[in-house]
Amino acid sequence: MSEVIERTPVRRGLAWFELKQEIEDFLYHEADLLDQRRFTEWLDLLTDDIVYFMPIRRNVKFGQHADRENTRQGEGISWFDEDKWTLGKRVEQILTGVHYAEEPLSRVTHMVSNVRLLDVQPSVEAPDEVTVGCRFLVYQNRVEYETHTFIGRLTDVLRRAGDSWQIARRELILEQNVLLAKNLSILF
Amino acid sequence: MTTQLPIDQAIDLEHGMISREIFVSPEYHRAELDKLFTRAWLFIGHESQIPRPGDFYVSRMGEESVILCRDAQGAVHVFLNSCRHRGMKVCRYEQGNTSLFVCPYHSWSYTTDGKLQGVPLYRVLYENTLKREEWSLIEVPKLALYKGTVWASWDPLAPEFLEYLGGAVDHLDQVLDCRDGRPGGSEVIGVHKWIFPANWKFAAENFLGDTYHNPSHRSVDMIGINPSAQRGVKGRRDNEYNRGQHVWVGFPQGHGMHSVLMPPDLQYEPSYQQYPVVEEYFRHCFEERKRRLGDKARLLPFVGNLFPNASYHGRQPRGICVWHPHSPTETEAWRFFLVDADAPAEVKDVLRRFYMRYSGPAGMTEQDDMENWLYATAASKGTIARRYPFNYQMSMGAYKTNDPVPGDVATQITEQTPRNFYRVYASYLNGGDWDALIGRNRAPVQVAAE
Repeated sequence: MSEVIERTPVRRGLAWFELKQEIEDFLYHEADLLDQRRFTEWLDLLTDDIVYFMPIRRNVKFGQHADRENTRQGEGISWFDEDKWTLGKRVEQILTGVHYAEEPLSRVTHMVSNVRLLDVQPSVEAPDEVTVGCRFLVYQNRVEYETHTFIGRLTDVLRRAGDSWQIARRELILEQNVLLAKNLSILF
Repeated sequence: MTTQLPIDQAIDLEHGMISREIFVSPEYHRAELDKLFTRAWLFIGHESQIPRPGDFYVSRMGEESVILCRDAQGAVHVFLNSCRHRGMKVCRYEQGNTSLFVCPYHSWSYTTDGKLQGVPLYRVLYENTLKREEWSLIEVPKLALYKGTVWASWDPLAPEFLEYLGGAVDHLDQVLDCRDGRPGGSEVIGVHKWIFPANWKFAAENFLGDTYHNPSHRSVDMIGINPSAQRGVKGRRDNEYNRGQHVWVGFPQGHGMHSVLMPPDLQYEPSYQQYPVVEEYFRHCFEERKRRLGDKARLLPFVGNLFPNASYHGRQPRGICVWHPHSPTETEAWRFFLVDADAPAEVKDVLRRFYMRYSGPAGMTEQDDMENWLYATAASKGTIARRYPFNYQMSMGAYKTNDPVPGDVATQITEQTPRNFYRVYASYLNGGDWDALIGRNRAPVQVAAE
């Protein structure tokens, strides 16, 4: 997924720009839901068969990056390799009000940038599935002095759902090796 | 030592009080690194991480980077990851296979058995002066391989690993042995590494059997993330220990654990109920284990801490977590997740998913631990706070020796295991000899009234 390269040639007509704007809006809307703590509404943006994945990054020798730098989805241990049930549990846990790692709730801002359409199926004019890449910068401040900044690359597969979209696959490449935050208690 | 508060005053076991200084002061941190982490046996890694000659895995001992390596002949070594010339790390990859560790700084190179091989311009610059055989990578004097796990000590006088483990081996075996009772056979399927701003001993204490902190996990118990949760079972784990006698066990070497002694008519408790194939597998393993181990199968592991900083989860989840001190108030945690190497792929997949949602910084259970450790450390730094010791008076004296299992055993939630841990901790910081450190020739402990 992280190696998805933009399909070429993509004809950048009006439909392409309209679609790109629509997808960007979707990502900004999603960020709003998380930052406004509308977690249950956020869950509705995920398909029932979502794959939500954040690998652990490793320090490897030059030439081995493609094979060994990131842990793989579906194998071994990653930071997240989740389905919708588990993500729903994470939301349910926050809503108990006694999940102390998020009680009181953190203040979080999700920044989205460098948005690019990497693939559109079946066509830009009638898109059903879009692969979109972007960068994320997530700022977390909790209680008083605790702050964490999570920066990385995100690749989503979005599926058309009525007049909006749903996330069918999310891969988050966090630019860290040893995790420098004590917890990943927020949603990405 | 140079601390303002002498260790024997900081740790008052008679009254069950321990000064906050040992959790926040730089002097104690330094003393631990100098006197404890240079002597105790420390967990390094697992042989499944270095199966072939030339394989290496970079690990840590205390604050320092070490290389776990299998040499060309197949022998296992642990080296300090620092060039003998100017100290540069000779390996900054986490894992791999090599025939040489080449220092990036001046290109001194070392073979996988640690010997200094390449010294650029040796003839011109060093002939007749540098004796290569004296400048190998610094190697641990004591190394032990136990059921796949690798342990090391920097003290050439340290007792053999099994003597150091003492009776704790019975509990560690339940972590390392196959679920069906065959000895050993585990493999590491992944490692979490993360940093949290708290003293490492908070984490060690959690695994010494601090069952008392259960309320902090209320949220995850309420929602249910166990492998039977989709069948309506609450809790963060399956209820495997339901019918057992919980035991909190301490050993003279400082080890402590919470295990469960199941009744003589050991019965399988339904688990992994949302995955029928996996449930069938574990049911089979349970019966096989009972058949193989007989009465010994009654002992099930829950959590434990092998002195000083190797904590384990025994069943759900299953792994070893090492707490490396970075500073008095900062710890780097490395968790090695274990499964039976020959378990079916479907079983491994269910386990890894459960491990990820339970453990570590992204784990729904352990996140709440990290929160506690952080703010307990932060709120103990202050001048006023430091004047007031922590309370360790729970279940004082309420334990028996070798009843119903070997060791000092409480059958109620207790702080006897941390009291024992800090007794041994003080002994290291006082420079105690090995007889004292591992309780050789220890007088039998009086059986205290319950």
